[in-house]
Amino acid sequence: MGLKTILLVEDNPDDRDLTVRALKRHNLGEDLILARDGAEALDYLFCQGDYAHRDPSDTPQVILLDLKLPKLSGLEVLRRLRADPRSKLLPVVILTTSNEEEDRLSGYHFGANSFVRKPVDFEKFSDAVRELGVYWLVRNEPPPRQKGQAGH
Amino acid sequence: MNPAPLPASRSGRRNSFARRLLWLTIAVTGAALLAACAAFILYDQITYRRLMVRQLAVEAQVIAANSVSALIFGDPRSAAKTLSTLSASPDLLAAGIYDHRGRLFAFYRRGGAPLLPPSAPPMPPFGQRSWYADGDVILARRITLAGAVAGTVYLRNDMKQLTTRNRHYTEIAFIVWAASLTAAWIFSTAYRRGIAQPIVDLAHTAVFIAHDQDYGLRAQATGRGDEIDSLVEAFNAMLAAIGTRDADLAQARQTLEARVALRTAELTAANRELEAFSYSVSHDLRAPLRGIDGFGQALLEDYGAQMDPTARSYLDRIRAATQRMGVLIDNLLQLARVTRAEMRRENCDLSAMAAAVVEDLRRQDPGRQSEVEIEPGMHAWGDAGLLRIVLENFLGNAWKFTAKREWTWIAFYRANHRNPSEDVFAIRDNGAGFDPAHAGQLFAAFQRLHAATEFPGTGIGLATAQRILHRHGGRAWAEAQLGAGATFYFALPRYTPPLAASS
Repeated sequence: MGLKTILLVEDNPDDRDLTVRALKRHNLGEDLILARDGAEALDYLFCQGDYAHRDPSDTPQVILLDLKLPKLSGLEVLRRLRADPRSKLLPVVILTTSNEEEDRLSGYHFGANSFVRKPVDFEKFSDAVRELGVYWLVRNEPPPRQKGQAGH
Repeated sequence: MNPAPLPASRSGRRNSFARRLLWLTIAVTGAALLAACAAFILYDQITYRRLMVRQLAVEAQVIAANSVSALIFGDPRSAAKTLSTLSASPDLLAAGIYDHRGRLFAFYRRGGAPLLPPSAPPMPPFGQRSWYADGDVILARRITLAGAVAGTVYLRNDMKQLTTRNRHYTEIAFIVWAASLTAAWIFSTAYRRGIAQPIVDLAHTAVFIAHDQDYGLRAQATGRGDEIDSLVEAFNAMLAAIGTRDADLAQARQTLEARVALRTAELTAANRELEAFSYSVSHDLRAPLRGIDGFGQALLEDYGAQMDPTARSYLDRIRAATQRMGVLIDNLLQLARVTRAEMRRENCDLSAMAAAVVEDLRRQDPGRQSEVEIEPGMHAWGDAGLLRIVLENFLGNAWKFTAKREWTWIAFYRANHRNPSEDVFAIRDNGAGFDPAHAGQLFAAFQRLHAATEFPGTGIGLATAQRILHRHGGRAWAEAQLGAGATFYFALPRYTPPLAASS
């Protein structure tokens, strides 16, 4: 059971690989879980589908959520996470390309803990990922594990 | 149709036209009658007086003729007898005959009358004279015989008859006057209907229309072809014209509203498309750039050792181009955003805003020797977020173009300007300046007056600032000499108190 788990929800393989690269560069990506779309992210979090047999007590420390996702949009994933008692308190960071006011507003409205824009410049992107990892995995104290949160 | 209560003055107007017409008739009739009666009575009195004097003169002549012999023969009894015939004349009060020496010779007085003829006769100058005394008329006449004065006859008549006559005439005149006025009243009241009623009706119709705004009503024509009929016709024609105009206006407004609704729908659709477009640009154009830059960097890091310097420089250039494109996309998005962003106007402290912007610039470029002068207390009425972008662009521009100086000098101050309706602000620098011949192109998007290699930039910043100023009802312009610094000006409508601009 890895305590410092990051769940990265990202459909673009380029962005996914670059994020992984940036995390690894700063030794933050050991326990990285990858979800290629919103549905997979929900399956993982709620231990269903392909993830039906995983240990439900193993919840990620932080979720890095892209907004532009196939099937289920990032905002929809966020809405469902916040509607479920098991994931209601999970820290969610929206990590997205756009900086549209509308997206920021709905992101915070649906309960995102943070909104970070992915810079074009890889150096800056790498810095942003490092700051995020340090903050959410090291500096930030996660919400206490609730009873019944792990079970179905 | 059931009209709402009308103004109280609608009926029973105190100053009504019909009533005034009636009073006019009565007054004119009364005055004319009064004048006629007075003239008639006056004339009658004058005529009657003359008649009385003439009658008195005849009586005096008769008495003079009959008393000549009595005077000659000194027979007062005969004279008194002659005088006694005057008792047939009821108004004669007293009479007397004097001899040629002026002594009272004989006299008569009506029974009960206290008056006696005077002891000496008042001498008439030319044979005969009459005068009035104490409301009586007196006549004296010489009695002559063969050209010699034999004596004088004196007659005194009272004017009671005249007074009685006058009273009777006045009473009759008053009765006639009153009867005429009554008749005038009755006729006027009866005919008033015919003359004044159409005007009164017209006035009522006008009041109804003014009250109900119902231009479909029409005034009733009299059909007599007089001026009132013309008035009614003209009034109705005006009503018809107003009705037509109202209908035209209503139709024009409907057409306009429909057109506005259509245009609004088109604009809304276009705006939505534009928003979708910039959203897509924001997401989809930037993502591949990050891939190019990221994997370029990965290539350099992981395989840089196996590349020769040329290959590495190519990779560097790929990454530089990618990053420039990223900035370009961001600037374009900002330009698009300031156009459609909703404006929330408030009183903005430009001095404080500029100080914050300069602080950011210094933080990003810590090695720069700079002196930035900001006039304190500069305020403007506008959207704080958008005005900050304006200052970022102008101050950023000044910062950028002073990069090659030994020290940077920038001043932000309120420019003297004569127009009282706007505030003009200036940002002056000691930078590279520009050729004033090209000042007009400065604010067009993508127009650059310097090579990108000399001063980096996308050429969108000033266009964005200008667009924001235009949205605030302001403007921007610049003055410069090549190599001698530049001054950028921007004008904003003067701050209006929140009362007038709160909505």
